[in-house]
Amino acid sequence: MSKRTFVGVCFVPLAVLVTAFFLLPMARLIVTGASGQDGLRAYAAIVLDPRYRATLFNTISLAAATTIATLVIATISGLFLQRRRFPGHALLVAMLTFPLAFPGVVVGFMIILLAGRQGLLGDLTLRLFGTKEVFAYSLQGLFLGYLYFSIPRVILTIMAAVEKLDPSLEEAARALGAGPWRVVRDIIVPALAPAFIASGAIAFATAMGAFGTAFTLATDVAVLPMLIYTEFTLSANIALAAALSVGLGLITWAILALARSYGGTSIAAAG
Amino acid sequence: MRDRLTFAAQLVFTALVAAFLIVPAVLSMLAGVTLNYFRGIQSGLTLQWVVQVWQLYPDTIVRSFVIALATLGVTLVVGIPAAYALHLRNDRLSRTIEEIITLPLAIPGLALALALLLTYGGFSDFRRSWLFILAGHAIFTLPFMVRSVMAVFGAIDLKSLDEGAASLGALPWRRFRDVIVPNAAPGILAGSLMVVTLSLGEFNLTWMLHTPLTKTLPVGLADSYASMRLEVASAYTLVFFVMIIPLLVAMQIFAGYRGGPSALSR
Repeated sequence: MSKRTFVGVCFVPLAVLVTAFFLLPMARLIVTGASGQDGLRAYAAIVLDPRYRATLFNTISLAAATTIATLVIATISGLFLQRRRFPGHALLVAMLTFPLAFPGVVVGFMIILLAGRQGLLGDLTLRLFGTKEVFAYSLQGLFLGYLYFSIPRVILTIMAAVEKLDPSLEEAARALGAGPWRVVRDIIVPALAPAFIASGAIAFATAMGAFGTAFTLATDVAVLPMLIYTEFTLSANIALAAALSVGLGLITWAILALARSYGGTSIAAAG
Repeated sequence: MRDRLTFAAQLVFTALVAAFLIVPAVLSMLAGVTLNYFRGIQSGLTLQWVVQVWQLYPDTIVRSFVIALATLGVTLVVGIPAAYALHLRNDRLSRTIEEIITLPLAIPGLALALALLLTYGGFSDFRRSWLFILAGHAIFTLPFMVRSVMAVFGAIDLKSLDEGAASLGALPWRRFRDVIVPNAAPGILAGSLMVVTLSLGEFNLTWMLHTPLTKTLPVGLADSYASMRLEVASAYTLVFFVMIIPLLVAMQIFAGYRGGPSALSR
């Protein structure tokens, strides 16, 4: 067997697996999306139907809020952790990255323990102010959950980017009389921009598609993945569920592709 | 003085963020071994909840391991040759193939699960077996294996190794087995740890693909969060942590966890 043939043979298992369990099913999904009574118009329903449009708007707003909050938090902590060394540094980094492997359901449970009916915050507020704060199952709870799974992955990217930052630029700016805010605004933020785009895109796409957390918190907040799930399982509205999930997939894919064209080599697990 | 103030403020902020992430995890571990969580740790420590989890959900724990190992097997058999071929060809076609196999990471698990259900839902024997879940896990974890192995190929001089072995008369298959695979070992290890960790924790796909007889651990977790008392749900989560922490530690030691693909949890 020649080398060329051998390399060709190496692709065979891949071709079989990916065709059978990814390409064909995705094609089927796209076709099914247009097979309902509305035909191809089902795809337009995401933006035309007021109910779905509201859900889409909710999902995008929540994902955007999560992304911005995560970027702010991760930049403050990432700069600090990469620049300063102190006792307990490694432990702090380990604590901030440990939840990276938690599935969405577990993240949901963490929020229940924090802000649920038997949660820590409810306990604290009851003792301090006499009222029990329970917000795990509301929009704030969902936001907290999305923050929980975004922070670890964004912080790692930011720390790696800060490592490559040249401190002499900041020193020069300071020597020229720039205050701390100007240094942040004119030196640090522009230098970290590629990392913001790459990790922000991952955070946004993951939050858009997150299902496990919303499922565990069983919120009454309508987000796109929950809508798809209920349309499919409860309403048996299969064509619409397919169209909505193709739409959602297109959005998350486009966000990641756009971010990557800005030079980030990121790889995301949207869920 | 001002510098020390800034330092203190940043430290407090970062510690608060870490507390937000770690405190609930610690609470859940404690709740899993506390007699009565409502009354607190004073009510005493117990393993009864962990025992109860083992009585209620043993099949989910075993099945999760079986699926994770089977997923690893599939991604090894499919992923290593694919990474080798992709690296050698390195042309437009191979970059397109790479794009396609990375796609499952860019689209929500729900969409992929729906697609698999629509295509194979009618094949009831397949749909009812754990192999259906395996198919989803394999597609979702494959890119991690391929990328991890390709990263190693990119760092070593694969071509001269391959040509050296060829000049000694070794045939392509032998060169692949005796030269390429051993040299890719660090990438294979890193990819394997990632694949097993991801498969053990996978929920979004699995929730859609499972049947009452093919529940995995994360599916069982969701069940227990909805219907069990907090102590049992916590003990079950504790079991999951115990399974996953050694993998995370191993990743940090062997595989440069921080350098790896930055997105893990779903």
